[in-house]
Amino acid sequence: MNARYGMVIDLDRCTGCGSCMVACAAENNVAPLPQASPRTGITPMLVRKVSNGMEGGAQREVFIPIMCMHCEHETPCVSVCPQQAVEVDKATGIVMQMPQRCLGCRYCMTACPYHARYFNWWDPAWPAGMEKSLNPGVAVRMRGVVEKCNMCHARLHSAMAKAAAAGKREIDPADYVPACVEACPTAAIRFGNLADQNDAVSHEAHSPDAFRLLARLDTEPKVYYKSKEAWVRALAESKSGPGSEVKHG
Amino acid sequence: MASTALADSRWIARGEERTSLRQFLVWLAPWVVVFALGVYAAGLCLYFGLNQTNMDNRFAFGLWIFLDLGVIALGAGAFFTGFLVYILKRAELQPILNTAVVVGFICYSGAVGILMIDVGQPLRAWFTFWHPNTHSMLTEVTFCISCYLLVLCLEYIPILLRNRQLRKLPSFLVFEHQLHKLVPVLAGVGTLLSFFHQGSLGGLYGVLRGRPFAFRQGFLIWPSTFFLFILSAIATGPSFLMLVTATVEKVTGRRLVPPDLFRRLGFISGVLLGIYVAAKSIDTLIWLNFTSPSVGFAPWQYYSYKPFGLPILFAEIVVFGLLPAFLLTYRRSAQRRGLLLSAAALACAGVLLNRFVLTVQTLALPTLAFDEFLHYTPSWQEVASFGGVLGYGVIVYSLSYRYLPLFAQPKGGNTHVSGS
Repeated sequence: MNARYGMVIDLDRCTGCGSCMVACAAENNVAPLPQASPRTGITPMLVRKVSNGMEGGAQREVFIPIMCMHCEHETPCVSVCPQQAVEVDKATGIVMQMPQRCLGCRYCMTACPYHARYFNWWDPAWPAGMEKSLNPGVAVRMRGVVEKCNMCHARLHSAMAKAAAAGKREIDPADYVPACVEACPTAAIRFGNLADQNDAVSHEAHSPDAFRLLARLDTEPKVYYKSKEAWVRALAESKSGPGSEVKHG
Repeated sequence: MASTALADSRWIARGEERTSLRQFLVWLAPWVVVFALGVYAAGLCLYFGLNQTNMDNRFAFGLWIFLDLGVIALGAGAFFTGFLVYILKRAELQPILNTAVVVGFICYSGAVGILMIDVGQPLRAWFTFWHPNTHSMLTEVTFCISCYLLVLCLEYIPILLRNRQLRKLPSFLVFEHQLHKLVPVLAGVGTLLSFFHQGSLGGLYGVLRGRPFAFRQGFLIWPSTFFLFILSAIATGPSFLMLVTATVEKVTGRRLVPPDLFRRLGFISGVLLGIYVAAKSIDTLIWLNFTSPSVGFAPWQYYSYKPFGLPILFAEIVVFGLLPAFLLTYRRSAQRRGLLLSAAALACAGVLLNRFVLTVQTLALPTLAFDEFLHYTPSWQEVASFGGVLGYGVIVYSLSYRYLPLFAQPKGGNTHVSGS
């Protein structure tokens, strides 16, 4: 297997419904944490509402789903982890987090420019009965460790097991679809192998409307965004530096 | 009480005058309370988790990291004095060597203690030694600080064994004698380790490509902050030693070191601070003109957020850099004790400000175009835990001063400067 899994998110299609966030949380056994604030909760997939900063009729808004960008080059979180709890899977390009080895130092969180890493500030707990809904294929993370999007790695394992049982070396692309992609009602999130030139996602990633957040940092993120709106593309690729007039709601 | 006081006096070095046991306990009492509160707060963080702090997913590092970096820089006087005395043979600094070791031990052990609370899974600390990522600055920090703390313990033990009662045990006396012979070697090892961990603490943020405010180009694998941290630490370490010694002299009412020692320490501190300010200024200019624009960020934007405007940069370079460097090296100002100590205090404040800018300001600034400037206020548990380290430091130093020969004794004991 020598894939480079990535995503293209069509922002013009995203309605901000949050289905991807719910699906991500359910798939990955993210605890409800009612005591958490927006800055202490666990949201490996987070839809952020961004405005163009204008008033009245000129105001425009866009929903931008933010998750781990699975940076390919000089991956910021990988080089900083003191005990190799983060690595880029050479076979898939997925940036993997190993909570069972994580010290909880949070250095990787300071290194991530996308703020896509989350610390378990509390013990995970579910209301009585809800534990029956947990996904048996995904280990629950304990308090004091960092977690993030791993492109639903448990689903990749299942696809690989299925391929192996059928005597195949490669998985069927239809067998490996992350939960957020599956849940999106408008098909705004597309997933595929960026290294495969025949893959539709690979084509979309190179379309004129496609862009990546903070691409200028040269970390080669594997999550692409797409919009026909010039202000959205300008916002994400803003050269004016951080703290531009645009505020998120 | 009289018998307790008598027993206590037997532990005090012969010929030394110390305050009464009662007065000493009164002095210690508030610090014990501060220390106990710190232990309680740290216990809360360990038992209930880091949700007891006001850190969050965006402000993943907070007060503790800032103060850790600060005290480790201030504690640099320990290794640097050892380096000057044993490697560069500056024997005139010998009188301050023991106190430098104790101050260094307090700073480093306190910082390690806080780091153990600051991580989410302290019981996994050994993983860094078992699965080390050799590319991580934090690995370098962990290895060097752990090893250097061990070195400081080994340097502290001979001082401890010079206690009047402990010296009566022949085996301790032999052990202290043998260990003392090792001290020059330990000073060399400590210098090497300290250069690396002071530097790698600077590298912690300097390597963060995703944080353009902190990211710096450098030499080989080390960003420029690696070298700036070493320079700033060795520049302010002697100043902090001066401040500690002057405070002890004030509290005890005794002259503990030869009068010209402060001037010598101040001169060393001032010259190094001058070199640091020059290097820091060049680094800032390179960052403003090349490093930050090369990744598409307009550097002046970082200074548009209040209160982190340009005055902080000015204060760091001029008020807490150039000014104390001048005052510490200029003969006339250095001869005035008040000015000398004020300059030393400015230098120490400057290194703390530098660590604050690099840790807290970096995290407050946005990276994505639609991020907002962040605010963070530490919780009482964070403040109290660090207060606990302060209490611990004062207690350990006070006990060391009372029962150990911290300052090399001129014949006839230390000179009285007041009636206490």
